[in-house]
Amino acid sequence: MAKDGKKQGTDLHQSSSFSEWERKFSSQEERKERFLSLSFREQPRVVTPEQVNGYSYSDRLGYPGEFPFTRGVHATMHRGRLWTMRQFAGFGSPEDTNRRFKYLLEHGQTGLSTAFDMPTLMGYDADHSKSRGEVGREGVSLSTIEDMDLLFSGIALDHVTVSMTINCTATVAMAMYFAVARRRGIPFDRLGGTIQNDMLKEFIAQKEWICPPEPSVKLSCDIVEYCAESAPRFNPISISGYHIREAGATAVQELAFTLADGVAYVEHCLERGMDIDSFAPRLSFFFDVHNDFFEEIAKFRAARRIWAYLMRDRFGAMTERSMKLRTHAQTAGVSLTAQQPVNNVARVALQALAAVLGGVQSLHTNSMDETLSLPTEEAVKVALRTQQIIAEETGVTNVVDPLGGSYYMEQLTDQIEAEALEYIAKIDGLGGMLKAVEVGFPQKEISEASYRFQLMVDDRDYAMVGVNKYQDEQEQEIPLLHIDYELERKQIETVKAFKAKRNAKEVNEHLDQLRKACSSGSNVMPVLIDAVDSGVTLGEVSDVYREVFGIYTDPGTI
Amino acid sequence: MTDKKEMKVSPIRVLIAKPGLDGHDRGAKVIARALRDAGMEVIYTGLHQTPEMIVQSALQEDVQCIGMSILSGAHMVLFPEVMRLLKENDASDIIVFGGGIIPKPDVVKLKDQGVQEIFLPGTSTREVIEWVRTNVPARE
Repeated sequence: MAKDGKKQGTDLHQSSSFSEWERKFSSQEERKERFLSLSFREQPRVVTPEQVNGYSYSDRLGYPGEFPFTRGVHATMHRGRLWTMRQFAGFGSPEDTNRRFKYLLEHGQTGLSTAFDMPTLMGYDADHSKSRGEVGREGVSLSTIEDMDLLFSGIALDHVTVSMTINCTATVAMAMYFAVARRRGIPFDRLGGTIQNDMLKEFIAQKEWICPPEPSVKLSCDIVEYCAESAPRFNPISISGYHIREAGATAVQELAFTLADGVAYVEHCLERGMDIDSFAPRLSFFFDVHNDFFEEIAKFRAARRIWAYLMRDRFGAMTERSMKLRTHAQTAGVSLTAQQPVNNVARVALQALAAVLGGVQSLHTNSMDETLSLPTEEAVKVALRTQQIIAEETGVTNVVDPLGGSYYMEQLTDQIEAEALEYIAKIDGLGGMLKAVEVGFPQKEISEASYRFQLMVDDRDYAMVGVNKYQDEQEQEIPLLHIDYELERKQIETVKAFKAKRNAKEVNEHLDQLRKACSSGSNVMPVLIDAVDSGVTLGEVSDVYREVFGIYTDPGTI
Repeated sequence: MTDKKEMKVSPIRVLIAKPGLDGHDRGAKVIARALRDAGMEVIYTGLHQTPEMIVQSALQEDVQCIGMSILSGAHMVLFPEVMRLLKENDASDIIVFGGGIIPKPDVVKLKDQGVQEIFLPGTSTREVIEWVRTNVPARE
């Protein structure tokens, strides 16, 4: 009532309930019949307190840095420390990548991330016949300990954290990294970084492998066990949803399969007799961050909550650090378009913003030219600057979990959590992720989702700017990185020369010891560090794995 | 409606192949499935195939067409090798197309070597289906 006693705004009528409001405006037309998220989720027009009632703040959200960590794993989040800006880089020879690393560090990057080429990722030395045409093309070539030394030449391994994206040959790369540190007199407990080392997602999505799933998981856990004892600052695994998503999974599938992978590794380590709190704090994660802004933010929040409850209630973790899901994120490579490539800068910026609002610890932003080739220095710099603009100019780092409490955000987080838990229960029902992978369950789910999405794009039910909408007649030309095929010849020569000058007897002895360690089921890491130090190559170790554990080949189902 | 004359034509047989060591099979699988849904007989090689394995499968399966997908950057070595092996085996009548992350200048070079078409990111499955129907001669 106004002062003079007259009613104010007598035409105003506020609906007394959501259903009344819905009825009142039900005939109002909208642009589309259904509003779907990128993961085919039907989106509500609005969310009100009535849809999120009965909410327990302490059970569902909690304060930042406290259980269940929905709002973030640290109390101060990006007010305390910005995320690590970590651009994935690797191409050509170790010297080429070393130069790119130094360039990135000079421009304010705060951590390194290494991409290896396909032969390295599949366990072939540069001079193997299967490596032809592939050496140094999709990452840096690594066959020997000398390659590893050159890769990090002039870089203080005890002062920078290093991430290595490598899986079926992770044991070899890790051993070479440790051996180089040992040569430089750096104790292992001063090494910080992350090795991807997640074999389950290889079978699900990324598909670089040597041996069948079971021995592969065993080798992954060898690194987890070794690091827990000898390199406690190193993250021995990065349980990855990125590749799962890029292969076509929905946000929920990405989340569920990744966490189910995590469960499988935890179970394997517990079966070995390890104490949950001795290794769980160093389990790290890696998620994709795609186009659907809110869905992605909700995914990160749901991920933290599910993991915290799993670790506390299912595995009986005692220390808080075991329950914190720390994650790296990378913008979605698959969302980038070859058409009008400069538009990709905008896509990457929005995805990166979602990652930051989602509370990630580390971030890679893709370069605009990556649907065409590996990125140029200039393109990488724009991608790095994008993160710096978000960090320094937008103010989004000022407040922790600024979207927390939004009716929509909390409902979405709950939905994604519930759907992911349903998948995890289904995978438990199949006997765990290892079994689920063997019967092709997650692979099949991803294929279905990926085909469904492609048909949506083909039918223009999902708009891709510059591809199926707002196309240009004129193509946009941007400079591309060219990798000389001459590089391959040089790498082959280098590897051959390295092999020729080794002590053959010593190499064979080390290979024998490795064979024994593999057959007996003991941890391969101690033997492996000495082996690579004496000159055993990545391909030779992989051959022992093939011999002892067998070879896995693609079932090739469509 | 299909008339009697058309019914005699057998479906196009296509080999979808993944040469090289990269594991990016999303595109290959989507194309394989789209061609199959369009009524063609599709054989998918699975991952990590050498040029020799691909040509061997093509001959064994008696396909009219090979579609190769590659995202590892090794296309300038592996595609020409497949073309060379097809020629060596008197199978140059098999029509070859490709797709993946392939820079424009390489597309021109690959076409010079006999690869009939290269589809780049953003291609719809319909375009590929149409292209195969138009370019692969029907078999009686």
